[in-house]
Amino acid sequence: MASALINVPPRARRGEVIEIKTLISHTMETGFRRTQLGALIPRDIIRQLVCTYNGTEIFRAELHPAIAANPFIAFSTLATESGTLAFHWTGDNGFSATESVTIVVE
Amino acid sequence: MDRHPSRREFLRAAGSVAAGLGLGSIVTSTPARATPAEMQEAIRKVVGSAPITPGKIKLDLPPLIENGNAVPLTIAVESPMTSAEHVRAVHVFTQKNPQPNVASFHLGPRAGRARVATRMRLADSQTVIAICELSDGTFWSDSADVVVTLAACLEDGI
Repeated sequence: MASALINVPPRARRGEVIEIKTLISHTMETGFRRTQLGALIPRDIIRQLVCTYNGTEIFRAELHPAIAANPFIAFSTLATESGTLAFHWTGDNGFSATESVTIVVE
Repeated sequence: MDRHPSRREFLRAAGSVAAGLGLGSIVTSTPARATPAEMQEAIRKVVGSAPITPGKIKLDLPPLIENGNAVPLTIAVESPMTSAEHVRAVHVFTQKNPQPNVASFHLGPRAGRARVATRMRLADSQTVIAICELSDGTFWSDSADVVVTLAACLEDGI
């Protein structure tokens, strides 16, 4: 199971722009590498990250093999209300990981 | 005539030995690179026929990269990020990686600030292009030239 790290400030003022940093462990095998015997290593990457804030999608990233291993993605959002930020990664070979953090907005 | 084989003959012989051992494909395994034309095609697939103007977007990449396996990049767009005027999407393309696409980020007015950071792979010294799509349907671009000393994708097989 993949492990993910999410960095979101635990509390924020209403209307403040907060930075969200995500990191997930994944090899992001490009599908262009070969073994020493010349066999192509099949592609195995994370294709998508979707971030929802209390159920509303606020950010979506579509990734290609050119993203480095253990994809790090940082973006920002407006702190509108207290609630949950949910992160969902999906990828090749049925890869799926979900992580969520709570934020208190004052 | 008893002479030493020339360098060419030696390499040819060594190559056939390697091929006989099933190792020959290492020599020819370098993946096909995306050409600038392929990059243009990939860009057109995303942008359509709309004109792309330089400006408004800032792509930040280190100019000299020691390790192409993880290159930090930051993309920032000048935009008030209101519901009337915001950045819809940011796309990143490369010239010489095996594939021209790198990533697409979909933002909206709730992003607050149009700023995205990630880490990418670079297979060669080349130009990286970032294109943003604004809510009014216009496209803006920025490019960065990078020099890569250790390329990604070319490490030894496992």
